[in-house]
Amino acid sequence: MVKLTPTDPCADLLPVEHGHAVLRAVAPTDMWLVAPYNGKAKAAAKAAQKLVGQGWPDPGQGALSDGRGLLFFGHAHALLVGVAPSKDLMKSAAVTDQSDAWAVVDLSGDAARDVLARVTPLDVRPAAFGPGQCARCDIAHMQGAIVCLAPQQFRLMVFRSMAKTLVHDVTVAMESVAALGKTA
Amino acid sequence: MRVAGFGHAVDTAQPVSFTFDGKRFSGGQGDTLASALLANDVRLVGRSFKYHRARGIVTTGSEEPNALVTLTRGAAVTPNTRATMQPIYQDMAANSQNAWPSRAFDLLAANDLLSPFLGAGFYYKTFMWPQSFWEKVYEPLIRRAAGLGALDPTYDGTRFEKAYAHCDVLVIGAGPAGLMAAWTLGQAGLDVILADEHDTLGGRLLLESETINHTPGHIWAAEMAEKLHAMDTVRIMANTTVTGAYDQGDFGALQRNDAHLANPDATLPTETFWRIATRGAVLCAGAGERHIAFPDNDRPGVMLAGAVRGYLNKYGVAAGARVAVFANNDNAHQTALDLAAAGQAVTVLDSRSDAVAQGDYNLLAGAQVVGTSGRQGLRKITFTQNGQTRSMACDCLGISGGWNPMVHLTCHMNGRPTWDENLASFVPTPGSVPGMVVAGSAAGVMATGAVLADAVQVASDLARDLGASVQTPILPSTEDRPTGIKPLWEVRGHGRAWLDFQNDVTTKDVRLAAQENFRSVEHMKRYTTQGMAPDQGKLSNVLALSVLADATGRGIPETGTTTFRPPYAPVSIAALGAGGHGKGFAPERFTTSHAASVAANAPMIEAGFWYRPSYFPQPGERTWRDSCDREVAMVRGAVGVCDVSTLGKIDIQGPDAGAFLDLVYTGRFSTLKVGKVKYGLMLREDGFVLDDGTTARLGPQHFVMTTTTAAAGQVMRHLEFVHQCLRPDLDVSFASVTEHWAQFAVAGPKARNLLHLVVDGSVTDDIFPFMGCGAVSIGGVNARLFRISFSGEHAYELAVPARFGASLFDHLLRAAETLGGGPYGMEALNVLRIEKGFITHAEIDGRVTADDLGLARMVSGAKDCIGKTAAGRPGLVEDGRQQLVGLRPVGTVKKILAGAHLFNPGDDVHRTTDQGHITSACYSPSVGSSLALGFLKNGRARVGETVVMVEHLNGITATLEVCDPVFFDPDGGRMRG
Repeated sequence: MVKLTPTDPCADLLPVEHGHAVLRAVAPTDMWLVAPYNGKAKAAAKAAQKLVGQGWPDPGQGALSDGRGLLFFGHAHALLVGVAPSKDLMKSAAVTDQSDAWAVVDLSGDAARDVLARVTPLDVRPAAFGPGQCARCDIAHMQGAIVCLAPQQFRLMVFRSMAKTLVHDVTVAMESVAALGKTA
Repeated sequence: MRVAGFGHAVDTAQPVSFTFDGKRFSGGQGDTLASALLANDVRLVGRSFKYHRARGIVTTGSEEPNALVTLTRGAAVTPNTRATMQPIYQDMAANSQNAWPSRAFDLLAANDLLSPFLGAGFYYKTFMWPQSFWEKVYEPLIRRAAGLGALDPTYDGTRFEKAYAHCDVLVIGAGPAGLMAAWTLGQAGLDVILADEHDTLGGRLLLESETINHTPGHIWAAEMAEKLHAMDTVRIMANTTVTGAYDQGDFGALQRNDAHLANPDATLPTETFWRIATRGAVLCAGAGERHIAFPDNDRPGVMLAGAVRGYLNKYGVAAGARVAVFANNDNAHQTALDLAAAGQAVTVLDSRSDAVAQGDYNLLAGAQVVGTSGRQGLRKITFTQNGQTRSMACDCLGISGGWNPMVHLTCHMNGRPTWDENLASFVPTPGSVPGMVVAGSAAGVMATGAVLADAVQVASDLARDLGASVQTPILPSTEDRPTGIKPLWEVRGHGRAWLDFQNDVTTKDVRLAAQENFRSVEHMKRYTTQGMAPDQGKLSNVLALSVLADATGRGIPETGTTTFRPPYAPVSIAALGAGGHGKGFAPERFTTSHAASVAANAPMIEAGFWYRPSYFPQPGERTWRDSCDREVAMVRGAVGVCDVSTLGKIDIQGPDAGAFLDLVYTGRFSTLKVGKVKYGLMLREDGFVLDDGTTARLGPQHFVMTTTTAAAGQVMRHLEFVHQCLRPDLDVSFASVTEHWAQFAVAGPKARNLLHLVVDGSVTDDIFPFMGCGAVSIGGVNARLFRISFSGEHAYELAVPARFGASLFDHLLRAAETLGGGPYGMEALNVLRIEKGFITHAEIDGRVTADDLGLARMVSGAKDCIGKTAAGRPGLVEDGRQQLVGLRPVGTVKKILAGAHLFNPGDDVHRTTDQGHITSACYSPSVGSSLALGFLKNGRARVGETVVMVEHLNGITATLEVCDPVFFDPDGGRMRG
């Protein structure tokens, strides 16, 4: 019997640190796209509550606690993170495994928001985008998602195949911010 | 020359050495190139665009029309840098432009002697004939003679970047109004961005000697800047020019990051182009001084009066040893007062006969300058007063025709400014840019005390509009100065009077335009090029239209202004395109087998953003064809492995998933059995084919659709559109799983043998018949297996979660090698599918119907689907449409090329006789011939006929036989067996 060994899309590329920002790879975890069936939104929310301790997220909302959570992920979807869906959830919602679909990195540090300002049009001012908030948005020239984990820590996700571009583009932004910091 | 005791911005104790045209000079820390050159008594800094007239520094800011230089820093060459905006740094190398062999002796200054023949419209009238001369002779000559600095076409490694910023209020300009507005708004708790194009906040306060709260204006500005820096709510962006106002509260801004650095870090972006999104904006851009058109008003030494005192106050530089001021307003007298305070004797020539001296200087009331002399710099002016003409020696003449509020940004969304008779200027029309208000001198409020009060009022009103509560600040005391003005636009006399220094436009040109019936200001602008230079006519536009108004007998308001468009100040293309260089050009999508393919020396081709292996060369293979032929034979004879992960994969779930697929596909999928796969064709709403692919039923409510690589996003968008807009009642959802699954084709007569070496358990025809699918496991990892074929061979596609993709590819290749197989790339894949007549987007090019493809039978007659009705339109079902056929060579020329066109034998080769074209072509090692797919008029009825292929690019003509598109294994026994 063959033995398949897993690989991580970003592991060989990270960590990267420039100035006051660090980019780290995030260990793979369960990620499931959840779309409630018609009329089953409440049941899906209840099932999600049992799994991760939080109900269906409002647009732009979503938090991770101990690596688990339910993130707003589009008009009809939420992303269940850190845990596989329960039978209850699968009864009320279509669930699709996305655990391998995304390259996931964490950007942190005092300069993290300045770095983000160079890769996403999202309003990342603390008052506009704080812990508990997430967004599907452009990251450089890719479609992705950003989650605010802590005031100076953000999770960035793009399609797995674009891991190198993600690291490249964020690294360039980190270098720029670091260099600008030296001239200030 | 430097003046002791003046120049708060320059530290002469810290000398900075630089070169200009190779000659070394010394300035002080804080000098701009312009101030340092003036301090060194360098007045001639360049040559004009058209006539190559000697030109000198005119202003202190970004509106500078003359002092454009080329900077060389390391490998970076930056032309057209405004000396007035460029700080000097140690060993800076600047060179003048548009002069040869030198700026002092420029051969093309001969143009000036030809000026009677080179007026507006000269090109249009002169270079009309002979027609063929334009491109070959005239244009190259003109291009060589014209232009300012030259770009270095090589990439110098300089970085630029783009960034986004958000705020509640953007305050544009940090002069007295901007500082006060930002402070008021920040105090109200609003998130403020204060942007100013200079490195130090203060605007004109830095250039003036006036006091605020009994302290020099520049010190008050510094104190305000310090307060603002300390506020959490205010973000200060210095060296940042707001360049454009756009829809929805978006503004463009250019920040210069390294202009002051001798050796900037390689990773430091030279410029950042900001897109600022804001709820509101306050334009505090101030006002710009305008000059007066009089004969020979363009000599080095003729400057704006405000600039003359600005250089003294800010930089401690006297712009001349003998200074005169020519003005029509009170404000210009301040220049004389400031110079007098520095011990310089100044004469003010005021065109107003009732002008009164404001201090101890010589005033000539009712005087007008009518001429100047001095070849490379001003030496003398000639003026009239009381009917007498006299001369006066001077090397610097400060001119002031009044001040224009900087209305530029208020006009970026098609707004037009309003003429203010009292100010003799255009002022912003309220509401021109939604959400933007104007304060201070930009709004036509000129006295500093009134400016501060206006800024507080405007900012407070805006803050309240945005829902903030405002604490009205106590206004500082000011020493307001007189602002009287009596319009004077032009002094007529002998010689040319310049309007637009940068484009060499004179009053004569404007009059000529009017005379030749280019009376509209927009026509005049284009005929004369007035205001079309990089400075956008900041100094000259109002002056030019006043001359046009005079020439056409209309008033200035009736004449109107030309259109102000972004950018307010020049923006380098590199900044606009920042991030698009090298790897930043586009995302790269790599499959999980990418590293292994690269390690196997496979050249990559791009498919969308994906990188896919073209072929896998083996030792001894000299061309791609050698490899491709081998790989095709390998698949037909043993087994091949190909990464097909790039194909779109869409997970479709829900009770109504089957009904939904029936709607989007031409065929019926709701009756497809679980564990089966079906080929589907999807139409656009207009009836043309959108995409094709297979869809597998994994469960009663669960399907997985595959799309072509190229159309994955398009299909996903189509599905969402159909669901959200056409059938929101259907209980179905979609998720792209393209990236979650790594998928590999295993094709060839030994495909099953290979699977048995990799997959846990057995793969049999019973469990996996042709077009069957189901779950398998590989070393305990859950996988999906589909018995589908794009090669015509017994084939499967095996999918695992992407984290195992690289490992599975490795195992598949090792197993394949034991069976005489191996990897195959896109070239072989293409040959295999052409041999079988399978289509790709080469054939589905957006212009073909199902019937054109010979797939009309796939459009179910028992149900409706998207595009079915539209596909029945007369034009899409009429005789004579081009239909998919196979083609093979039957003449002496054996080569077929995709893109070639088809003609009937004996016909002229002409678009009107065109019979069709070739979409895909290859050499088939299986058939032993070149093969092609293409579209031919009534093609299916012409099997057996010959047609002529004409390929114009390579000049190849071949005779082809029309045949069925399926060349290999037409009954499909190999893939079904």
